Amino acid sequence: MITTLNAIFGKHQHQAGSLLPILHDIQHELGYVPDEAVPLIAKELNLSRAEVHGVITYYHHFRQTPPPRHVVHVCCAEACQANGSEALAEHAAARLQHGDISMEPVYCLGLCSIGPAIQIDETTLHARVTPEKFDSLVAALGERS
Amino acid sequence: MNDIDYGTPAVVADREVTLNIDGVAVSVPAGTTVMRAAVQAGVMIPKLCATDSLEPFGSCRLCLVEIEGRRGYPSSCTTPAEAGMKVRTQSPKLADLRRNVMELYISDHPLDCLTCAANGNCELQTMAGTVGLREVRYGMAGANHFTDVKKDESNPYFTYDPGKCIVCNRCVRACEETQGTFALTISGRGFESRVSAGQSEDFMDSECVSCGACVNACPTATLMEKTVIAKGQAEHSVTTTCAYCGVGCGFKAEMQGSEVVRMVPWKDGRANEGHACVKGRFAWGYATHADRITKPMIRAKISDPWREVSWEEAIAHAAGEFRRIQDKHGRNSIGALVSSRCTNEEDYLVQKLVRAAFGNNNVDTCARVCHSPTGYGLKQTLGESAGTQTFKSVEKADVIMVVGANPTDGHPVFASRMKRRLRAGAKLIVLDPREIDLVKSPHIRADHHLKLRPGTNVAVLTALAHVIVTEGLVNERFIAERCEAQAFADWREFVARPANSPEALEADSGVPAAEVRAAARLYATGGNAAIYYGLGVTEHSQGSTAVIAIANLAMATGNVGREGVGVNPLRGQNNVQGSCDMGSFPHELPGYRHVSDTITRELFEHAWNVSIQPEPGLRIPNMFEAALDGSFRALYCQGEDPVQSDPNTQHVQSALAAMECVVVQDLFLNETAKFAHVFLPGASFLEKDGTFTNAERRISRVRKVMAPLSGKADWEVTMALSNALGYPMHYEHPSQIMDEIARLTPTFAGVSFDKIDRLGSLQWPCNDETPEGTPTMHVDSFVRGKGRFLITQYVPTDEKVTRKFPLLLTTGRVLSQYNVGAQTRRTENVRFYDEDRLEIHPHDAEERGISNGDWVGIQSRAGDTVLRATVTERVQPGVVYTTFHFPESGANVITTDNSDWATNCPEYKVTAVELVHVDQPSEWQLRNAHEDKVQRRLLAGATAK
Repeated sequence: MITTLNAIFGKHQHQAGSLLPILHDIQHELGYVPDEAVPLIAKELNLSRAEVHGVITYYHHFRQTPPPRHVVHVCCAEACQANGSEALAEHAAARLQHGDISMEPVYCLGLCSIGPAIQIDETTLHARVTPEKFDSLVAALGERS
Repeated sequence: MNDIDYGTPAVVADREVTLNIDGVAVSVPAGTTVMRAAVQAGVMIPKLCATDSLEPFGSCRLCLVEIEGRRGYPSSCTTPAEAGMKVRTQSPKLADLRRNVMELYISDHPLDCLTCAANGNCELQTMAGTVGLREVRYGMAGANHFTDVKKDESNPYFTYDPGKCIVCNRCVRACEETQGTFALTISGRGFESRVSAGQSEDFMDSECVSCGACVNACPTATLMEKTVIAKGQAEHSVTTTCAYCGVGCGFKAEMQGSEVVRMVPWKDGRANEGHACVKGRFAWGYATHADRITKPMIRAKISDPWREVSWEEAIAHAAGEFRRIQDKHGRNSIGALVSSRCTNEEDYLVQKLVRAAFGNNNVDTCARVCHSPTGYGLKQTLGESAGTQTFKSVEKADVIMVVGANPTDGHPVFASRMKRRLRAGAKLIVLDPREIDLVKSPHIRADHHLKLRPGTNVAVLTALAHVIVTEGLVNERFIAERCEAQAFADWREFVARPANSPEALEADSGVPAAEVRAAARLYATGGNAAIYYGLGVTEHSQGSTAVIAIANLAMATGNVGREGVGVNPLRGQNNVQGSCDMGSFPHELPGYRHVSDTITRELFEHAWNVSIQPEPGLRIPNMFEAALDGSFRALYCQGEDPVQSDPNTQHVQSALAAMECVVVQDLFLNETAKFAHVFLPGASFLEKDGTFTNAERRISRVRKVMAPLSGKADWEVTMALSNALGYPMHYEHPSQIMDEIARLTPTFAGVSFDKIDRLGSLQWPCNDETPEGTPTMHVDSFVRGKGRFLITQYVPTDEKVTRKFPLLLTTGRVLSQYNVGAQTRRTENVRFYDEDRLEIHPHDAEERGISNGDWVGIQSRAGDTVLRATVTERVQPGVVYTTFHFPESGANVITTDNSDWATNCPEYKVTAVELVHVDQPSEWQLRNAHEDKVQRRLLAGATAK
């Protein structure tokens, strides 16, 4: 971890206000921002641990624990809600309760006319997702419990 | 009992604006908020997240107002007052809005007011009453923050109850703005937002330094003193002055009868402006600790058990012994030590007792071992033995140079002020062998850290002067107008010599020449430059020379005589300035007037009706020498513990053991009392009236909040002793002593208790010309007339590293403990620091096979002791460091007899040592532990009766 961090610090050495870019890079490299990284980031940027912690916890984007193997974002914004995304989200939560795939609500994926929509791992978008379609998509990910 | 809270800080501006609030016209400095203006107009606007120690935040939405011609309901705490503005603070609509906001707050707050520690002193409760909250329509069901929450009780002095938190951010902002530690944050967002210490951990595990600023800022019971939880809210308060360091913070002692409930930093105290540290704010429990000795005791030999006696018997016995010894061994065979912990009035009385009743000048003070070089150096150059500024002056400094001081630990409340200025952009130069927190900590980074070898201050300070002179950075106009021409010419020629260049001195100091040059340029050209220094300057064989070198730098660059600049000794103890002012030195009468000066002597002789010796008496180290050769046989030691605090402990112990009568006046059976024949119980600062003078020459009142546990305040004891010696002293109250001081001391001529009570505090000189005191000294001319430059030839200390002693030991103190620790060791502060540790660089540790936590034997030319190691890069290779708060550590068993050439201030900061890995305490420590047990047994006999 320390080598990764030092490389990231080196990259942002001369950048003012580099906390967010550094956090993004760490999360990109490690998948999350480990608690043990916080004192090192604080020392590098002359901040307190509390300040760095405040920023990490403020943004939902930053994770403090290793990420699950896959993340399924279920859109819960108004248009998808009108097309039954609440039920889909409930189904998804129940389906993924014990596995290594996690479900997170998201507010608008931009597919308002063809909801409910989901996104898998920020890579693929799927529209008009029924519980059945959801199950087959998840099965394709090779769910492990 | 609470002071008025103006909601937002005062603004200084040269323009005033007049606005109208609820029909009342009010004029305020431009930039003042509507909220503050309203308070000034006598209108209290409801508020929760605003308090006048913090910048406006605008989050609670309770302080909404209506402003004619503006849409909506702006928050008054974030809206600047403007000329002609018409503000309404009450309307049916505002009342609705406020009630709704409050309703939301209370919907997530436990309704346990009657059993809550803040009951009767809770801003949330008060505001709910003010806005007329009558119902909470949302009910208490659903998610909330107060059921099943865990209180954080890890801090020994306060609790954090997240269930009561309204997330107003005041604590987080106080930690940042007031204290500058940044230990708190808000974690999460929205409903998840919580106050979090560190990374959502216990306060004790976080970066928190327990200053109490957050507790002070909290409007609810979320952050609450444990003493208030235990005892309830106070019913009255008394304003007084802290008895720890030289910052001299004003406090309100909040009381229930004669019991202290809590100490709250005083907003109007000009030294601290409402801030405090873990010592003054919380570590006052020692005053009623079970170890306090409250009955006088005597014994014939130090191996005898103590015997409790009446005050009359103890005083008569002490006086009898003093007279018997003088009759047999001469007038000069006895003397006294004055404490920098006692009040001005008490210090004055002890030196008066020595000069009038003992009939000699054998009086000295613990300032001898800390800031005596300051007294000497500043008197010689500027003309007055005192710092030149107020603490507030740092707010106008552009460049701050810290030399041999560790303000965040030693003078924490001033450090917070300094850090605020540094965060606002002032530049920082640090001269210190060690990486103190100021070198690098959140939002603070020294622009130059001159990491010099211990003992080379004069080399580096003179090299700085060399750069200023040779690069044409001298303020020639200032010199021509204000300084002695010949002395300056001599100095200029001296410092310009190649031998004094940074390049020539680099080998000695270890500081890269380029770094010295850059620092010198910054100091000379960076605008207002202020120097703050501490014992890392004075406690050297060239302590006085270094003080002179500092004064030279300030004069050469014209950095004296206005705000934002100056020469600022950070005094160690609460009244070290005062004890020096009061004539506690063997060569000086009050007001720094030499005993050989006939006019001064006659003044005192006439007032006291005695004749005063024209020759200086013995200094502390001379007293010990004389004791060992048999010519000095008795000592009256008030509130001082030389066995622990003075260098070369074994030497001090043998000197005391050689005396016939040692009278110790103290709160506790300290290390020196183990050699005493008479013990006179002392009174803590809570038990007496008087004054302390802090590092900025500020005289502040100490006020009695409880009766002395022993029945007598210290000044009454000295008075009784004097009367028993046949020299009559009659004072009804310490104010009469101050009146006498004022009559006899020109710099104090205008000082009286009445005036201090009226003004809050005042800075000497205070006389007919400056009836309200003198914040900044040397404004138009120096006290001595023309400023005098003196040559500062660097002479390496005799304490050199050799193959046998290859490392240099230097000493300091930590935030939570105070000097010999007699007080702080008897408080919960031991939870923060419970033993002295030896800091050692990883290279040196590895070479000797020492790991973190190992027991290490430290040997010097004077003695040896054993401490546990902390391996850290804070110290440089070749240098080790320790603190001296615990007697069993024996830090001063190792320090030597070397001392400052001018004042005999000991060279604590440089001792050559070698380390070895050991597995048991040193011989001295074993012997000392045994002696300690014996003496405790001798005490137990007396107090059991």
